[in-house]
This record gives sequence, structure tokens and C-alpha cells, in this order.
Amino acid sequence: MKITQISVFLENRKGRLYDLCRLLGDNGINIRALNVAETESFGVLRIVVDKSELAIKTLKDNGFVANLTDVIAVEIADEPGGLANVLKVLSEENVNVEYMYGFVEKSSDKALMVFRFEDSQKGTEVLKKCDIKIATAEEIEGL
Amino acid sequence: MSDVRYWNKEIETAGRSEIETVQLDRLRGIVTSALNAPFYKKQLCKVGINSAEDIKSLDDLRRIPFAEKDDLRQNYPKGFLAVEPGEVVRIHTSSGTTGIPTVIYLTAADLNAATDLLARSIVATGAGREDVFQNMMSYGLFTGGLGLHYGAERVGMMVIPAGGGNTKRQVQLMKDFQTTVLHITPSYLLHIDSKLADYGVTLEQLNLKKAFIGAEPHSENARCKIEDTYRIDAYNSYGLSEMNGPGVAFECVYKNDLHVWEDAYIVEIIDSETGQILPDGQEGEVVLTNLIRHAMPLMRYRTRDLAFIHTEPCKCGRSHRRLSRILGRTDDMLIINGVNVFPSQIEEVIMRIPEVGTNYQIYIEKDGVLDRLTVKVELYSKMFLGEAKQIEKLKAKIREELSASITIKPAVELHEPGILPVSEGKAVRVVDSRKQL
Repeated sequence: MKITQISVFLENRKGRLYDLCRLLGDNGINIRALNVAETESFGVLRIVVDKSELAIKTLKDNGFVANLTDVIAVEIADEPGGLANVLKVLSEENVNVEYMYGFVEKSSDKALMVFRFEDSQKGTEVLKKCDIKIATAEEIEGL
Repeated sequence: MSDVRYWNKEIETAGRSEIETVQLDRLRGIVTSALNAPFYKKQLCKVGINSAEDIKSLDDLRRIPFAEKDDLRQNYPKGFLAVEPGEVVRIHTSSGTTGIPTVIYLTAADLNAATDLLARSIVATGAGREDVFQNMMSYGLFTGGLGLHYGAERVGMMVIPAGGGNTKRQVQLMKDFQTTVLHITPSYLLHIDSKLADYGVTLEQLNLKKAFIGAEPHSENARCKIEDTYRIDAYNSYGLSEMNGPGVAFECVYKNDLHVWEDAYIVEIIDSETGQILPDGQEGEVVLTNLIRHAMPLMRYRTRDLAFIHTEPCKCGRSHRRLSRILGRTDDMLIINGVNVFPSQIEEVIMRIPEVGTNYQIYIEKDGVLDRLTVKVELYSKMFLGEAKQIEKLKAKIREELSASITIKPAVELHEPGILPVSEGKAVRVVDSRKQL
């Protein structure tokens, strides 16, 4: 049920994010979801792409510091309180969310969100138990 | 000009031959003690000095080989110890360049003699028992704080053992106790001026008259700036931990470079390449022989400081020759806010952290009047786990380890690989953009 996120260490340098996006674009890789954790002097870019393996190889070959991280993509009702309902379940079951961010596209009338849990296995179990749909890797690639 | 005062007029104004008689007598005593230390026993026997009898004149000093910082490190902790451990009343250590520290030992008599030189130094600047002395150098293993502290007490000054840092409290103390004399690094003193307004304190509310400025090299311009800013007299102080800290040489009221207390230290200036002794007036490496420390004799020690000797008489009447201000170093030692740092110390820390590569750069710049140290390293690709908090933790860890080694906390920058100059060849490792104060 896990999907692959690519994390890239980027120092705060003019044009660095552009370099990365250009490189992915030139190699026909499409970004599905994106988030940046930033500090004063560096950032960690998190992306979900359509071709993870090609993306990581391309990035590393071009000198980027990149790593694969397992995350979970969750379908959330695109309506007021949709996200709150999911977080309520997680909170009640003591699952800590390290970070989360939204997909650019939607598969249906549901919104797609990327979740990274402190304890990934427990997070997945809790979501399943509560009938919250977790998107598969195939579904993500088919977006 | 203020009136000239002496602590010990007889020795301070003694003629050359009298000084040399004292030097020879004391050198023989030091050699006798040195023969009890494992390091010197070997060194001196090698050159045929088996007892004080073998020192016939001061020229025989030149038979003794130079001692280097590396000798101190390699013989740490006890190789230079020349008395029974029970005789020692104080040690001071300084952090080493490769993790091996250096140490000095003092007996009660050694400490007494060193304290006396500091009392002499203080009085030479015209200060006296009527003064209030705020000691703003660090106490502890660093020799600068404690040395002047005891010297000032001996003079009979009221001593405020403030130590370093906490500027707001320092200013409060200056105001509440009407401090007249400061012991401080020149950059810190210049920094305080910019803070006075924040604390709502004006110079008129203070009673500052003099400052002893040392622990970092500074120019005549910096002295003038300090004197103009605070309307005080600033006196240059020279010393190094290996020689007991401050009190090796000090300026008198005429502020025309520093009298070396020649009854306690023999100063030689050498060509640092050839080791040849240079004539007075010529710039070279300062070499010092300590004549007053028997617990740990140290003769012909290469300080790595560059300076020259003045011989013309000083108007104060003291016969002890004067050392110029320190003009530079023969090694790559950096002085950052008064703390001595070798780039090799920083390198050693970086090399044992697996998450970073072997390329690094050390940046030193001015932040106002204080120094700012930044260490730049590259993240090692394979060690990146994909999380921002890992990077934050790593930065904090590098900072902690560096500060444990060099005693100051640098800023740490993590870069992507390939950004910094590579470790092979003549990479520029240290970028020092400070203009000398």
C-alpha cells in the first residue's frame, strides 16, 4: 500500500529548484505531488512522480542528494471536515503524523493526500480499520 | 602623562649587566630543575649539559635545543614535570590541535613569581590599589583570567571577577562599582560600546580609566579607536599559556610597545626558517625561556608569534627591552574572539563524522566588531535518509562536537556535494575576511 516518495536535499542556492524541475521535465518525468521542508539554509524537497525509479537514477546521476522514502497516499472526501475526520481517527489511535501534503491531481471526487507517519505500519492499520481508502502505487502511476 | 610608578623599582630599572646576572643565576636554577623532567633529562644530556655547572654564561643557552608545541603534546601529560606531583599547586591546560592538550604545572613558588610579574605589569600602567579592576577574561583552564586576577589582588585593587560574556551584567557592574580598569579582549571592548545605549547607560555614568587589552592581536588603530570611544588609556598585554599566560610583556604608561620582564623571561628573535638568531630590530619568531617556573621548565620555546625587539631606552626608566606588538604567526593558528583555534582541530572533528564528506571550509568574518566562525561541510550522499530533521540533528551534532574541541560554537552550513573545493591539492580551506582590528 505504500507509495514511493523521493526526498532531495537542496541547499538554498538560486536556481537549484529550477535545475531539478528542468532535469525531471527533460527526462519526461511528471511530478504528481510536491512539498518542501525548508529551513534557513537548506530545504528537503519531497516529490511523488510517475516514474520513481527513473527519477531517482536521473537525480543521482546529476549530482543530487536524493533518497527514497515510503509514504502513504490517502483518499479524502473533498468536502468541509474531510481531512479533519481522517485526522480524528489517527489522533484517537495515537498515530503521529510527521508531515503531509496534497496531490496536484484528483482521481475522483476525492482529494489525495500524502501522509508520512512516525509508525508507518500502525498508521496503515488504523486507516484500514476505519475504512479509509489508501491508494495503491498502480493507481498513483495511472493518474 | 601619568606619573611613573614601579612595583619593584630595583629590578625594573636595573642595568643590563645586573639583569644578565639575574638571568644567568636563574637559568642555572631552571636547568637544575629541568634535569628532573624526563623530556629535558634526555634533551640536555644529548648536548652535554649534565648540571647547572655546564651553564658558564648566557651564551650556553644557545646549546639548548628549541622546544616546540609538538614537544609539549608528545610529552603530555607528565614529560615536562620536574617536581614531585605533591609540589604542584595549579595546572592549566589548553586544547590541543589534534585532540592532545598541553599542560603547565606550577608550584606555590612558581605561582607566586608569576603573580608578582602581573602586579608589576599592572603598576607599570599607572594603576594602583585605589583602582577597581573588572576582569572580563574567562576564568578556569584559560590562563588569562586567573593570572591577572591574582596580580590585581596583590596590587590591592578591588577585583570584580566578572569572567567573560553577559554584556548586560558587565555594564551593570561597571556602573554600580565604578570600575576604573578593565581586562578584556579588544574586540569585546569595542562591541560593548554598541550595547551601552540599549542598556540606557552613558559613558558619563561609568568611571572607566584604563583597559588592559590582550589575547588577540590588534593594530594601533584599534587601540586609538578604543581610547577615543571610551576616553581611556588602553595597554597592550602579551603572554601565552605555555609561559604562564599574561605577564610576559606589558606596556608602561608611555604605551610604546611592551616591556619584556627580562629577569623572568629570556627573549630571542629567530628566523623561523633557519632557526638563526636575529639582531634586535629585525622581525622574526619570538622564542622564550621561562626563568621562574621550576615545576615545568620550558626553555627556548618557539611561540610562533612574529615580532621584533626595541632597544632604545624608554622614558619610564625601565631597562627591560620592549617587544613590538604581535605582527603575525608562523603557523596557521587563528584567533577567534580571543580563542586560539587551529584549522586542524576543526578538520579532526569533521573527519570523524560519517555523515559528511571530507571537503570543508572555514569562514571567519566580522559580525560588527566580533568574529563569526562558520564551518561549511558537505552532506555525504549515501548518508541522507530523506528527512529534514535528520539534517537539523546532524548540524546540531557537528556544532556540539566542534564546540567541545575548540571551545567556541561555530555556525555550521551543510552543502550538497561538489560545492566546496576538493580535499586534494592546495584547496583554500580557510577564508578569513576579517580586517585586523
